[in-house]
Parts: sequence; structure tokens; C-alpha cells
Amino acid sequence: MKIDEVPQDEAYMIKGKIRDVCYALDKDGHYTSTLSMGWKPKNEAIGLAWEEVYHRVEEVRQQVQAGRLSPLAFYMELNIMNPSILASYTGIHRWKVRRHLKMKYFLNLKQEVLEKYAGALNITAAELVDTKRIQTVVLKHED
Amino acid sequence: MKIDFQHNVAAHCENGVTSNLLKFYGINLSEPMIFGIGSGYFFSHMPFIKLNGMAVTSFRVWPGMIFKRVTRRLGIRVKRKKFRNQENAMRELDKMLDKGIPVGMLVGVYQLPYFPREYRFHFNAHNITVFGKEGDRYVVSDPVMENVETLSYDELKKVRFAKGTYPPSGRMYYIAEIPAEVNVKSAIIKGIRKTAKDMLTIPVPMFGIDGIRFLARRMRKWPAKLGEKSAALNLAQVIRMLEEIGTGGAGFRFIYAAFLQECAEVLQKPWLNELSREMTGIGDQWREFAILAARCFKNRDKGQTSYDQLADMLMNIAQREEKVFLQLQTIDL
Repeated sequence: MKIDEVPQDEAYMIKGKIRDVCYALDKDGHYTSTLSMGWKPKNEAIGLAWEEVYHRVEEVRQQVQAGRLSPLAFYMELNIMNPSILASYTGIHRWKVRRHLKMKYFLNLKQEVLEKYAGALNITAAELVDTKRIQTVVLKHED
Repeated sequence: MKIDFQHNVAAHCENGVTSNLLKFYGINLSEPMIFGIGSGYFFSHMPFIKLNGMAVTSFRVWPGMIFKRVTRRLGIRVKRKKFRNQENAMRELDKMLDKGIPVGMLVGVYQLPYFPREYRFHFNAHNITVFGKEGDRYVVSDPVMENVETLSYDELKKVRFAKGTYPPSGRMYYIAEIPAEVNVKSAIIKGIRKTAKDMLTIPVPMFGIDGIRFLARRMRKWPAKLGEKSAALNLAQVIRMLEEIGTGGAGFRFIYAAFLQECAEVLQKPWLNELSREMTGIGDQWREFAILAARCFKNRDKGQTSYDQLADMLMNIAQREEKVFLQLQTIDL
């Protein structure tokens, strides 16, 4: 790659907040490092990964509305976690975490368990149990 | 309290931390040099290790290896620690900072507040250097960021004990002793030989040149086996590993080309320039692969034909890389 070929395609989420160091050839054929704003194929790959995350969160959101899954399931997906990651953050057994993803079991949780989950998900326990809050979460990247 | 430490950006976090730490102790090596001596170049495709629920494809060695190898090959003594207790991990760090020693550490990026949201997946092999504490905030040199950043006690504790694939468990490392003289030339030879050996001779098909061919064979089957959507996601994951933050372009292939060029001069071996040019060509081909792949996972039009075409490209790349390393493995002082 030559230095004038280093891509400068601005990524839609970072908007120049961060630039990658790239190695490229200068006009004499010597390698030097230079900064790149981003590259389209890479941006698209990251974009696709996020799209998939939001698609899954949206599906869970509908299940929560229907009363099958708990808000915990929603925030777990939103944080791109799975039951085992959530289990290791909270110290709660994985099979129990799986259980708490269902509304039926979630409703009976003690305050201290809710606190643990909330801590791992970076919200408060009150926010975690507030099912209305789920509707207000926007599944899009801020500009 | 802040240690007089110089923050420099780098393409890759571990190279950057290693290079910055060595610079602090008066050893000046460029990022490509660190990467080459540390035998950072690699390839692996491991279906049984999952990241975001998909097979991990990696273009470099395990996290921590570059630092370990560079320091060993230069005869530098290092200390590394890993913790079960989170408070102990932070106390140890404070102790080192009090002694005026900058500390490198492994962190997860998901909870890293200064990181752009775009990059924040559960990825646990990021390296930073902590070199000061001002009030409650730790002063952090993150080679990926252009400026020095700070983290609170709780924020730092959280990223040091991130969970998920390969949890960092508070791992930290620092330089304990520097020898009077370092022999860069012999370190380079050892670094190149190790890379050539790993790329050519590991008898498991997931690693090295064989790993690229392994990925190619599996990729061909993706659309039939996983369905269009999952195949696209898997392909996108490969591209992210190839290009996402910290590879210097084309999955470290350009950094390695830069390294070979620098070696040609240091070792007085003009034939390395030729290999550097070939490596640049290989990097360019990886980029073509990325462009085609992006078209494929975005439009999903041609289906199987594009996957076949991508696999053929990988086979071709594998052959070219193999030739380079067959020549490199014979290098001697």
C-alpha cells in the first residue's frame, strides 16, 4: 500500500474521534506510519455486527412486552452479553441466570440479586425492573 | 503523582505498550521492530474458541506473547502478575506506581469509557500502560489513542477484571531489570526464525499457512452449512479481525513488510528488501480480499460463487506467504 492509497473513509460512529496508525510506502518506497480515518470494508463489517446486535435486542424487546422474557434478558442482549458472561460478572450460577431471563422467575427476585445484575449492566436496580424504560431505549448509534 | 513517561501512538496496542515501556528505560525500537522481534506475525483460525458466538480468526500471536518474547530476546528481566482478588490487584499497581515504575496491563475494551462506542465489544486482549495516579484518577497511556487518558479507580478495576472470552484477571507486567547492552541483531534473527517456524511447521491445521487454507476450505462451505445470513456475519468477523483497530492494515502484513525493510538495513541483507516488497504485495492482496468480502456480506447477491472466489484468494495468499517464510527460515547472521 502506498501512502496516498491509505483510506480516509470516515466511519459513521466515530466521526474522526479516533484514527488508526497505518503502515504505507512513501514515494521513495520506504515504509512510514501514517494515520487513517477508517476504511469502508472495515466500517461495513463493524456496521453489520452492530446491526445484528440491534436486531437481536429488538426481538428480545418484543418478547419482554409479551411477558415471556424479563427486562434482564433485554439488557443482557443490549450489553452484547450471554448468560455465561453475565454469570461471571455477577457470580450467580449460569443456570440461575438463564432462569432469571424468564419473566416468571424474574418477578420473584430479591433486591440484592437485582442490585448485582444492575451493577454488571451499568444501570440501577430501579431501572432494571422498570419495564417502561425498555421502550425508551433507542437502538441506534448516537451521531 | 505522575511518572515522566512518553506516550506514543502505535498501530497495535501490545507493540505500543512494549515500545513505550522500553523507551522509558532508554531502548529505542520502532513499532515494526518490536512486532518482528516479538514474532507477532501469525495466523490462526479456531472454530472451538468463540467470540460473539463465532469462530475466532486471528492474524497475530496470543496476547502477551510479543512483550514476553521481545524482553526475553533482548535479555530484559520482567515481572508479571495475575490476581484473583480485585483489591489486591489495585493495591499492587499503586505500590509499583509509588516506586516510579510504569505498569503495562491487560484490559477488556467493553467497559473502557474513552474508547469509541463502535469498537466496544467484549474483547479482552487490549493493552495499556498506567503511569501515574492523580487524586482518584489513574493516568493511562493507551497506544491506540492519540492523547493520554485517565480512568477512575472503579473504572480501571472493572476493565482489569472484564469477563468473557479470555478474561484478563488483572494481569499486569513491568520491567524489572535492563542489561547493560542489548543485542538487537541476534534478537531479530531469533524473531524471524520463530515466526517462520510457527507459520510453516505447526502440525495442527488451524495454525500458520495451513490455517489460512483451513479457513479457505471452511469458508467455501459456509453458505450451505450456516445459511446466507450467518455466513455473512462470519465473513464480517474475519474482516474485523483483519482490519479493526490495531493491525496497521491488512492484518499486520504491512507492519511486517516495514519490519523486513528495516532489517535489510540493520543486518545489511539486501535480499530482505525483496521479501519486504513481496510482503507488501501480500498485504495488498489481503486488502483486495477484504473489499470483495465486504461486497459479498453487504449485497449477498452471488452467494456461493463469491465464497468460492474468496476461498481461492485465500489459497493464493497462503501460497505466497509460504514462499516468503520458506526463504526467511534460512536466515542467519
